[in-house]
Amino acid sequence: MDIIKRILQKYGKDRTRLIDILKEIQAGQGIISDKAIESIAKEFKISRAEVEGVISFYHFLSDKPLGKYVVYLNNSITSEMAGREKVARALEKEAGCAFGQTSPDGLITLFETSCIGMNDQEPAAIINGVVFTCLNEEKVKKIVAWMKEGKDVQEMVEEFGDGANQHELVKAMVKNNIRKPGPVLFGDYTVGSAITKALKMSPEAIIEEVKKANLLGRGGAGFPTGLKWEFCRKEKSPEHYVICNADEGEPGTFKDRVLLTERPEMVFEGMAIAGYAVGARLGILYLRHEYSYLRNYLQHILERMRQQGFLGKNIADKSFDFDIEIKSGAGAYVCGEESALIESAEGKRGEPRDRPPFPVQKGFLNQPTTVNNVETLATATQIIIHGAGWFRSMGTPVSAGTKLLSVSGDCERPGIYEVEFGLTIKELLEMVGAKDTLAVQVGGPSGQCISESGFGRKICYSDLATGGSIIIFNRSRDLFSIVRNFLDFFIEESCGWCVPCRAGNVLLKKKFEKIASGLGTRQDLAELEAWGKIIKSMSRCGLGQTSPNPILTTLTNFRELYESRINKEADFIPEFDLTRAVAEACVLTGREFQEETEHA
Amino acid sequence: MSKPVIATASLAGCFGCHMSFLDIDERILELVELVEFDKSPIDDLKKFTRPVDIGLIEGGCCNVENVEVLRYFRKNCRILVSVGECAVMGGLPAMRNTIPLKECLEEAYLNSLTVAPEDRLIPNDEELPLLLDRVYPCHEIVRIDYFLPGCPPSADLIWEALTALIQGRPMKLDYPLIKYD
Repeated sequence: MDIIKRILQKYGKDRTRLIDILKEIQAGQGIISDKAIESIAKEFKISRAEVEGVISFYHFLSDKPLGKYVVYLNNSITSEMAGREKVARALEKEAGCAFGQTSPDGLITLFETSCIGMNDQEPAAIINGVVFTCLNEEKVKKIVAWMKEGKDVQEMVEEFGDGANQHELVKAMVKNNIRKPGPVLFGDYTVGSAITKALKMSPEAIIEEVKKANLLGRGGAGFPTGLKWEFCRKEKSPEHYVICNADEGEPGTFKDRVLLTERPEMVFEGMAIAGYAVGARLGILYLRHEYSYLRNYLQHILERMRQQGFLGKNIADKSFDFDIEIKSGAGAYVCGEESALIESAEGKRGEPRDRPPFPVQKGFLNQPTTVNNVETLATATQIIIHGAGWFRSMGTPVSAGTKLLSVSGDCERPGIYEVEFGLTIKELLEMVGAKDTLAVQVGGPSGQCISESGFGRKICYSDLATGGSIIIFNRSRDLFSIVRNFLDFFIEESCGWCVPCRAGNVLLKKKFEKIASGLGTRQDLAELEAWGKIIKSMSRCGLGQTSPNPILTTLTNFRELYESRINKEADFIPEFDLTRAVAEACVLTGREFQEETEHA
Repeated sequence: MSKPVIATASLAGCFGCHMSFLDIDERILELVELVEFDKSPIDDLKKFTRPVDIGLIEGGCCNVENVEVLRYFRKNCRILVSVGECAVMGGLPAMRNTIPLKECLEEAYLNSLTVAPEDRLIPNDEELPLLLDRVYPCHEIVRIDYFLPGCPPSADLIWEALTALIQGRPMKLDYPLIKYD
């Protein structure tokens, strides 16, 4: 109990730190016990249910006892393609328990988890916060053997990745795989030059410059950044906030991880510039839990920037105070949605809010808040240094500048590419060494699945908008298993608030499976399409509004695959099998069942 | 011209949809003018006596008998309508779907606090239809032509849908008719 009290004391009476508190308790005790829940509820004068609600919302929090080593194996599609199944079976065999369970000796717990941002080095897993990449059966054997010896997880990492992954405070086996550094995000940059220059300008002039550069949100939605800052600035309120959205959860994207590893100052400076532009004194880096291994390193960078006078009080000797704190979730895709992210940053369940009011009006703690993607902020830094004209000389008129792409799947050179907007899929495929390509998933599961006929399309906001996730599938892949993986992902990650999303996605998957199994009819296919559209139009946040895309975009671009599976003559084929449905009752009652062929 | 024939059944439901149907009040006199009833709990006919135009199904399928009745309806009705939440989605009975059948029966007949020790027995009479592994909505078993939502659908909704089908015109289901919260 002392530990719990100490942790509570450490975070003061700050309700917004609830997730940090819960994570620290769990890290220390392996469980968030009943007693801990009780103490927290008392401390914050909130109900037990509220605390339990937060725990149950996030994958990485648990009120059940977990093993000394907790393994979260990624189940994203590229992990599957790279041999996840074998790794999973090896883990189960070596640990002596199935997924979702703890080994009988209480040593190891196995869980599956959604994409952890390592798509170019799968299969990957997080064990007690430490990332393990490129797993295979052999490595699993070795790791589990070490666990049985009681070895510290960090010490199991024998080889470090490239760049700052080798930093004293990171020491991760994660690789950056920067294949094509571009002029913006990996171009010329001196730490502090942007904020120094920005503070000589007026906030209005900065907003004007960013508008002139036509910087659009890099998370995927493409909202004009300058406009967002302007809206936020115009709101009269005691406080304004800047939040950097580093909850990179879209399966297949990992560019923000690389930016935070190699260009953290550029991101933080972008936050300070945004802070100056909107009139904020505090910025929050909302770092996804999966990237916790970067946290100490990022804290160190922040501290160094404070010492250099680029953060903190009187930045660059001007009367502008701005500091940044790091907050994390605990595993939930939906927290990438800005209003859900704000809820989570306030220490609550990450459920999206109704809009309006928009975050720029009422965001963090109900104050005007600008939420920007990691890449957007880093790009803003470079726009301030090099100017809007320089920026607009790259890309297309509508989509200025460059975009970071996280490329994974069937290609010779997966990794990070900084490309100018306007690049065609065909050009990209050549660049990354993709051969015999069947389909390209642009923008992750929530984006679009493109067939060969669309390879001439361009990556830009007016054609193929993407947050950066590019997953390539060659002709040996079964498109239905890909769609299935994506549907499972959305079912798992739906926050459950809107019925069309919570229940609709499950029904959609059932209908999809019916068709996949050959029992579908034209009617089923029509319903699949109609239900997908209902889910899209009746859900309140981006998750539900995009979750049917794996089906809808493959229905558009690979319709023949669906057509070939359905029975075109029958008007109805039931999946239901009466004999199978009563089998259990027959066992329980000892009775036999003979289906009547004709009703009396 | 002979009147359209309708039939109704209550499967795994609570008869609430039939009750709601009766809430058409004085319009029942109009209904008698409009249609004839065949197999239905309303006239207690056990078997179909002629081809039926419209079958109204309340409730989903929780046991073998439900399935047989539903299939019997499909065979004899030109148009089949799922009426109410249980028929459409399984409804309240489908709450058992997340619990294995064995556990359901043990909880109800063996372990429940209200079962006297000497009565602890899972009922197993030949007359009792075998239970299905879970409760199924009707459209998973036979083709369903129309779905009327609600728990129960209001009398006005049932009336509008039924008269539209009888008269062969599109249903006019205004938002208030299908709004339940």
